[in-house]
Amino acid sequence: MSPDLAFLVEVVVGGLLSGVMYALVAIGFVLIYKTSGVLNFAQGAMVLFAALTFVSLVERGLPFPAALAATLAVMVVVGLTIERTVLRPLVNQPPITLFMATLGVAYVIEGAAQLAWGTQVHALDLGIDDTPFDVAGVLVSRFDLFAAALAGLMVAGLTLFFRFTRTGLAFRAVADDPLAALNAGLRLPRIWSAVWIASGLVALVAGLLWGARLGVQFSLSLVVLKALPVLVLGGFDSIAGAIVAGLIVGAAEKLAEVYLGPFIGGGIEGWIAYVAALAFLLVKPSGLFGLRSVERV
Amino acid sequence: MSGLPHRAAPFGRPAPSRPLVPDAAAPRRRARASQDRILTVEGLSLGFGGAVAFAGIDLAVAAGEIHAIIGPNGAGKSSLINAISGLYAPQAGRVRIGEASFARVPAGRLAALGVARTFQNLALFKSLNVVENILSGLAGARRAGLAAHVLGLPAARREAAEHRTRAEAVIDLLQLGAFRARAAGSLPYGLQKRVELARALVAKPRLLLLDEPMAGMSAAEKAEMSGFILAARETFGTAIVLIEHDIGVVMRLSDTITVLDHGRRIATGTPTEIQANPAVIAAYLGADDEEDETEGEVKAA
Amino acid sequence: MATALPLDLARPRRTGAAGILLLLALAYGLVPLLGTGYLFEAILTPFLALALAGLGLNLLTGYAGLLSLGSAAFMAVGAYAAFNLSLRLPGLPLPATILLAGLVAAAVGAVAGLPALRLRGFYLAVSTLAVQFFVAWALNRIGWLSNDSPSGIVAAPRLEVAGLSFDDARGRYLFSLTVVAVLTFLAWRLVRSPTGRNLVAIRDHETAARIVGVKVARTKLLAFALSSFIVGIAGVLWAFAYLRTVEPAGFNLDRSFQILFIVIIGGLGTLRGAFLGAGFIVVLPLVLSRLGAAALGDGFDSGTLEMVQRIVLGALIVAVLIREPAGLAALLDRALNHALRRVRPRS
Repeated sequence: MSPDLAFLVEVVVGGLLSGVMYALVAIGFVLIYKTSGVLNFAQGAMVLFAALTFVSLVERGLPFPAALAATLAVMVVVGLTIERTVLRPLVNQPPITLFMATLGVAYVIEGAAQLAWGTQVHALDLGIDDTPFDVAGVLVSRFDLFAAALAGLMVAGLTLFFRFTRTGLAFRAVADDPLAALNAGLRLPRIWSAVWIASGLVALVAGLLWGARLGVQFSLSLVVLKALPVLVLGGFDSIAGAIVAGLIVGAAEKLAEVYLGPFIGGGIEGWIAYVAALAFLLVKPSGLFGLRSVERV
Repeated sequence: MSGLPHRAAPFGRPAPSRPLVPDAAAPRRRARASQDRILTVEGLSLGFGGAVAFAGIDLAVAAGEIHAIIGPNGAGKSSLINAISGLYAPQAGRVRIGEASFARVPAGRLAALGVARTFQNLALFKSLNVVENILSGLAGARRAGLAAHVLGLPAARREAAEHRTRAEAVIDLLQLGAFRARAAGSLPYGLQKRVELARALVAKPRLLLLDEPMAGMSAAEKAEMSGFILAARETFGTAIVLIEHDIGVVMRLSDTITVLDHGRRIATGTPTEIQANPAVIAAYLGADDEEDETEGEVKAA
Repeated sequence: MATALPLDLARPRRTGAAGILLLLALAYGLVPLLGTGYLFEAILTPFLALALAGLGLNLLTGYAGLLSLGSAAFMAVGAYAAFNLSLRLPGLPLPATILLAGLVAAAVGAVAGLPALRLRGFYLAVSTLAVQFFVAWALNRIGWLSNDSPSGIVAAPRLEVAGLSFDDARGRYLFSLTVVAVLTFLAWRLVRSPTGRNLVAIRDHETAARIVGVKVARTKLLAFALSSFIVGIAGVLWAFAYLRTVEPAGFNLDRSFQILFIVIIGGLGTLRGAFLGAGFIVVLPLVLSRLGAAALGDGFDSGTLEMVQRIVLGALIVAVLIREPAGLAALLDRALNHALRRVRPRS
């Protein structure tokens, strides 16, 4: 392999692996969007909250598993509380209202997280060594691989859950046709609770991985901005779309940074993913996997 | 075409001048001043990803004619209207509106072509009030620019006054005066249907497409709405394509009836011809998976 | 959104007109006489700039139903355009500078609105985020826009119209007030015009709007342009009259959200909502810091205050949405109607 090609592969692999991390955040959005049509802007704040809670507990001397269990419990409570106190009273409101409400929730969570645990940056060590290792001349980050494996496990877990449990099946029915599901006697509130808990868990996993990567700090809640182009590309309602789009966005972003950045100046990673995703959408309005729906009039 | 028997006059001939139906309940039908075709549909076919909505539909509507399209649920009636008004893109066939012929009707030019429509599910501008909804029916007739309106230039003021007069005329015709300033979304269902008709009528269309204007109405409301539809035709000379499930209403209102079943046209003719058509009767009575209501109505009719 | 009644014909027009005249008389007559420098600088001028931004966004999001998360970017475009116009065309009178800056923002807005022809809902909202990030990046990268100032921060020109200086606190307030009053009047004319009706029609039922002959694509782009025009001028006020510097940092994503909050809390699809929402957003931190200081004394540092503010603001947004989705404007209307009924029981 020529050095140039090896470098290219390295860039792509690095991008794909960070794409996994984007997908991780995007999946949290998809779960809620599919069942209640809400673009949950608070997902980023939940990521921050989970990471901050975990790292603060560890810093206060709790052993790793206990801190994990406690954070897990907290995230379940947070998810349920949001669903009960905010989303349920707003059922049947237009999507923009629900979106604004989650923006409000994001503010509350961000404020509360920092009020409770402080605003300083915490280092989070998951005990995974971040030394790159060599695969056929390409350097791959061990941590990134671990993150990808964990994300894969989580997606597999979610898939199993939705395929084989009653609530999971109900979730899919609701996602396909909320009205029909309601008529069939499915209990929507229960499903909503379930997806909010699930998105709390996804936030925890994303929070730990991103926190270990970037340090646990306020900017963690901005990972939501990384997830949005992924959602646009993959569709707000497709888990598979979130994963594939995450990989594409990750790779494209890295490639643009390395090969385009020198020409138009640095810092383009802030918007290049958006522009790429939108450009794709303008060509193919239904997104990666979406079906073009026929408007009923 | 399908192998179903056709009692109706073969398609393609101009609408024949035929004797008035000797039905006491039938309203006075206008002697048509012209035989002008307003709408011609030729071989129109539409499917959604394998499922056929309708196929090979032919239809001819003359100026001032009330032409009902009936058929069991799922027969493709609404899809046909949506294709005629350009919301769906048919795979084959043509739609001619006046002199202009289209493979796909441009929905945005519909108003300019002199076509207005109502929707099966209400499609009012819910937060606008009744007057504003009706005025919005003149969106296509607007000439004065935004700046003229914002600055209150004479041209804009004249236009606004003229449009208001036209809206008031329709409000009078459809007896909506008492609800003028109410938000459309806050009105009861039957009134919303009427406002939608008013919005469609205010532009004085040559062709009006009504997709179930009386769905879900009581008998009294239906009678009232039938009156409005006839009044609209009398006042504006509008040709009307009407989808309606209540066969009694259809028989009383229509000059011509086209029957669809499973996306095929099985008959076209006068109300009396349709009533006696065995294919139609078979389609209605044989369709036991359809609404009871529909069956009951055809028997009653 | 459908719950908001944009064109409120229910209230007697004369009462409304009298109310507005009274407000203007207060704003021009009494306030300049009695106000302090602090009131003008810290409260009224930012209030006016934010209210104007809210007004502009409301045309787009409240009336036309197109959600935008990029308002701050259009404020920035307006501010930087005005800065460059006054820098590079020194003879240009200030009102012309502001007008041209608004037109530049409108042009950028129309381009930013192009995705609206293909995308809707949240997909469109995300595309406005792209504008937000792109503009912020461009302002940082292209030195020419900030006259190659190393920090990117440049001083705003003096506020002077036809030899009259508006440079003191009161002058900057009066200047902002006049700009806001004129634009609000034009916006009011706009929403009552057939175009205003078309905006709402597209929001309420786009298909029906197209069928009745509304030029949907053109109207959506127009909504973006008009909204950006007003938001851009709000950016000029924010930079020239309030901050007196032009800097990218003031036009970040948080500002965009703040303006969205103003519109939502004030009331989507109402002009008065922008003012109510802006008043709320400007006054809330002041009230909270006073309350905090009173309750906790010295222990209440600015960091804590910021967090508490975030929590309270977020909670209030949620509370307003749950209690009154039509915003403060609806609350005010109810209160006014109640009061009017008491005054004139038979009317």
